[in-house]
Amino acid sequence: MNTIATLLKGEVGYISEDSLDVIPLKLLEMGCLPGAEVALVQIAPLKDPLYICVNGSHLAIRKETAAQIKILKAN
Amino acid sequence: MSKNDIKVALVGNPNTGKTSLFNQLTGLNQKVGNYPGVTVDKKQGTSKLSATQNAVITDLPGTYSINPTSLDESIVLKTLLKKDIKETPDVILVVADVENLKRNLLLFSQIKDLEIPTVLAINMVDQMAKKGISIDVSLLKEELNTEVILISARKNDGILDVKEAIIRCHVAAKASPLCGIDSKIDPDYFSRLKEISANYSLYELWLMVTQGNYPATITEEEKNKLLAFKKDVTKLKKYQHKETIFRYQEINKILKKTYLVDKSKATDLRSKLDKIFTHKIFGYVIFFLILLVIFQSIFDWASMPMDFIDGSFAKLSDFARANLPKGVLADLIVEGIIPGIGGVLIFIPQIVILFLFIALLEETGYMSRVVFLMDKIMRRFGMNGKSVIPLISGTACAIPAIMATRTITNWKERLITILVVPFTTCSARLPVYAILIALIIPETKLFGFLNLQGLVLLSLYALGFLSAIIAAYMLQKTLKISTKSFFVIEMPNYKIPSFKNVFFDVLEKTKAFVIGAGKIILALSIVLWFLASNGPESYKNAEKHTIESNINNKLQANELEQKIAAAKLENSYIGIMGKSIEPAIKPLGYDWKIGIALITSFAAREVFVGTLATIYSVSADDEDTATIKERMRSEINPDTGKSMFTFPVGMSLLVFYAFAMQCMATLAIVKRETKSWKWPLIQLFGMGVLAYMSALITYQILS
Repeated sequence: MNTIATLLKGEVGYISEDSLDVIPLKLLEMGCLPGAEVALVQIAPLKDPLYICVNGSHLAIRKETAAQIKILKAN
Repeated sequence: MSKNDIKVALVGNPNTGKTSLFNQLTGLNQKVGNYPGVTVDKKQGTSKLSATQNAVITDLPGTYSINPTSLDESIVLKTLLKKDIKETPDVILVVADVENLKRNLLLFSQIKDLEIPTVLAINMVDQMAKKGISIDVSLLKEELNTEVILISARKNDGILDVKEAIIRCHVAAKASPLCGIDSKIDPDYFSRLKEISANYSLYELWLMVTQGNYPATITEEEKNKLLAFKKDVTKLKKYQHKETIFRYQEINKILKKTYLVDKSKATDLRSKLDKIFTHKIFGYVIFFLILLVIFQSIFDWASMPMDFIDGSFAKLSDFARANLPKGVLADLIVEGIIPGIGGVLIFIPQIVILFLFIALLEETGYMSRVVFLMDKIMRRFGMNGKSVIPLISGTACAIPAIMATRTITNWKERLITILVVPFTTCSARLPVYAILIALIIPETKLFGFLNLQGLVLLSLYALGFLSAIIAAYMLQKTLKISTKSFFVIEMPNYKIPSFKNVFFDVLEKTKAFVIGAGKIILALSIVLWFLASNGPESYKNAEKHTIESNINNKLQANELEQKIAAAKLENSYIGIMGKSIEPAIKPLGYDWKIGIALITSFAAREVFVGTLATIYSVSADDEDTATIKERMRSEINPDTGKSMFTFPVGMSLLVFYAFAMQCMATLAIVKRETKSWKWPLIQLFGMGVLAYMSALITYQILS
């Protein structure tokens, strides 16, 4: 299963529609919406947190949160 | 504030230049107060909108949404939902970042649905050409049904337009919802909600249900009906998610028509800088170097103004002594109040320098990268990447450091950070360390270049950080608090700092320190002065006895005076307290004189030095370190017949001061921030036991 946490650095994916219920409200409000393009910009030196760009927002989230958000990989 | 002033609430996402706009609108006419019942600072200022119209502008904390996740953010909801004639804003000014307009409009759409007149100021428009952004302002105005102003707050562009728009908006006083959440989610559900009361907009009722926050005007009956809606939590959560999706859909529709980005124009400065600042090696090296520069400057730059403040207050004391009529009042002023105020002000240089650096790092956007780098490490110790800032601030003073934990949304991580911050070596410990190190560590160079005394001081800093980290680890394992909040931080664009913002930020934090710590240190100084200058019968006879017993020694007048002062202190209430704790501190190597200094240190640690100066009757005018040092060196321990301040005693004291929670002001702040006496008491006793045991072990091993 692909999630934001399985993206490689520089890779892009689309947040899957069935992730809606697991995305915390705050992340939704910050632009992390189902269907949105999400890019993994950087991974912190200790592999966590992850630095993502979604809907124009540049955010750092922890791996545990990222691992819950399913995505479809863009090819 | 006059009745006709327009009340404006300033709202916006973090990093949108909201503070810049506030500073431009109000200039120096701003003040920081407190929201009733909560601890978050309330920044207000007045602004002259036109020749005849003024506004009172409240700068609300930055937030991404009206649904709060942190203490700061909850203020926005509380202020806007109040429905109190005095507090409810007449106009809400929403600040948005032109580059992130979509996300910024989410907050705007929520605000708009509260049905309060709203002005939208789109900031940083000077960046538009560079980023390839174009906006159809008149169409956007129409679509959003509101005043839209393009501004560039840092360059002072468009501020006048904002002022005019506020007046127009206030006069028109029209307000209509933007999104109409009801029909798209569950028409039946929301129409039932709307029926509860006609006094509130539908969105306000919905917020009362989802946030459990009710205005004072609500009736018991209405509240009960609202509570019924709260029962199905899963449904509420689902609808909140749906609401957010729906808002974004509406915003997308509007932006499609009005907002264009030519992506080929986007520059890549951010990713280049990110590559360096978050690099697995360089990232940490740069952070470490920055810390080094900060600490170096705190020591180098602060020493001159600190000496100046110290000297000025000594002179002021002398001046007051010479000019005030002799009596209790003069004693209170000269020995209690003036040194008390001086004891607070002396820390200002270090605090200003530290906060200057922190404000610069935050303004540039670098601090978020530090949080990103440090989060995983800090998490192992039960803290959060955001805990780094309080821990650095703690090296100046624990009070602003503890206030800086408010951005941590996870309560357990925030609490642990608050509890361990007082371990970091704050500036009040420095004078104590300085004199003790000078006494017991020889002034030699290790390997020819390493200053041994400096090395010991450095190890004490390391000890502070290390004990903070270890304590955090232990608290993480023992505190049984389950929290569900998660971690997210925005990585803002890199920016050149605005000096106006930095200036106001430093000013505000320094004020918070002076007021927060100042009143407690001052009050305690007066209490201690009273205890030291009053006593039972033996105190009143101390002067006579000293004169009588020295009648055959040919003493100089000032030598006799010093002896009298020392005898008085010994027989005062505080001297009696020192003597009564002597059995408890004897195993640590201390006598009752040090005991007195330990007690007085509860006002502020650095009082230790001044107290010893008095006890060892160093005359007031040469109260400099060298004299006190000489006097302490020649102090004889009556039990051993040798020097009192031996290496073991000095080390034991150093360890004691490194761990003990001797700061009433910090305890008071912890009480305020955690809303209970439980945590400050745990701090006081936990750190006290640790200090006692460590000092005991140190002394017993070394002696």
